[in-house]
Amino acid sequence: MNQNPQDNSTQLQKTVVIINPQGLHARPADLLVRCADGFDSTIMIQKGSEQVDCRSILSLLTLGATEGTELILTAQGHDAEAAITAISELFELGFHELGQPSQ
Amino acid sequence: MKFSDFVKKDAIRANLQSTTKEAVIDELVQSLLDAGEIAADQRDDIIAAIMKREELGSTGIGRGVAVPHTKHPSVPELVGTVGVSEVGVDFDSLDGERVQLFFLLISPPERPGDHLRALENISRQLRDESFCRFLKQSKTADDIQQLLQEADDNQFAAG
Repeated sequence: MNQNPQDNSTQLQKTVVIINPQGLHARPADLLVRCADGFDSTIMIQKGSEQVDCRSILSLLTLGATEGTELILTAQGHDAEAAITAISELFELGFHELGQPSQ
Repeated sequence: MKFSDFVKKDAIRANLQSTTKEAVIDELVQSLLDAGEIAADQRDDIIAAIMKREELGSTGIGRGVAVPHTKHPSVPELVGTVGVSEVGVDFDSLDGERVQLFFLLISPPERPGDHLRALENISRQLRDESFCRFLKQSKTADDIQQLLQEADDNQFAAG
C-alpha cells in the first residue's frame, strides 16, 4: 500500500534508546509487533541506515540492537501520535525486563 | 556472526520426528548432547529452561521458523543447532503457522550480545525466501550444512 504523498496524515519521529541489558531480542520484538498492531499508522524503526517495519518480528531481529543502541521511531497515519507514545514507552520501560533476573 | 560460529555441525538434524513443542525441543537438545556440545547431566535442566522461556511467549517467529533458546551457565560459549521438520510442528507460532525450521540456541549468561548477533544473522538470512524454501526442502544434515555454508558465503541475497 502506497501512502498518498498528498494525504496530510501526521508523520512523527522520535529517538529512543535500548536500556534493557538483553537488547532487542525475540520477546521485546514480539511486544513491539503486538503494540504496533494496535494502530493504523505505518510504524518504522531505524538503526543507522537501516529502516524496518515495526510489524515484522523477523525484520526487527535483523537490527541486532544491543543495550545503548539509539533507534529512530517514525509513525505516519491518523493515530501516529498515540502510536509513537505507546511504542516509545516500551523502550523507556526496558520492555518490562528491568530488575528481573534475565532468562 | 555467521552460522558456522554457533551452529554445531554434528548436531544438525534433518527429518525431525517430533510433532509437539516439548518433543521437538527434547530432540534438538539431545542432538547437542549427542554431538558432545552439552553435558549429559545438564540436559533436563536445559530443556526445562527452554520450555520456561516458551511460556513467556512462543519463539515461533513466523514463516515456519522458531528460535527456541535459553541462557545456561553450563555452556562456555554460544552453541546452537538447526533442525528441519518435513511435516511441521504446532509451536503456538505468532502467525499460527506450523514450524518447519528450528534454530535452537543456548548461550552463557552475561553474553546477551552474542545471542542478539545470532538472532540477527538467522533473521537476516531467513528474509531470503529461497534460502527458507531450500532449507525446508532439505532431506539430510549435509544438505542443511551446505545451505548454511552458502549463506555464510553470502550466496543468498541477504538484505
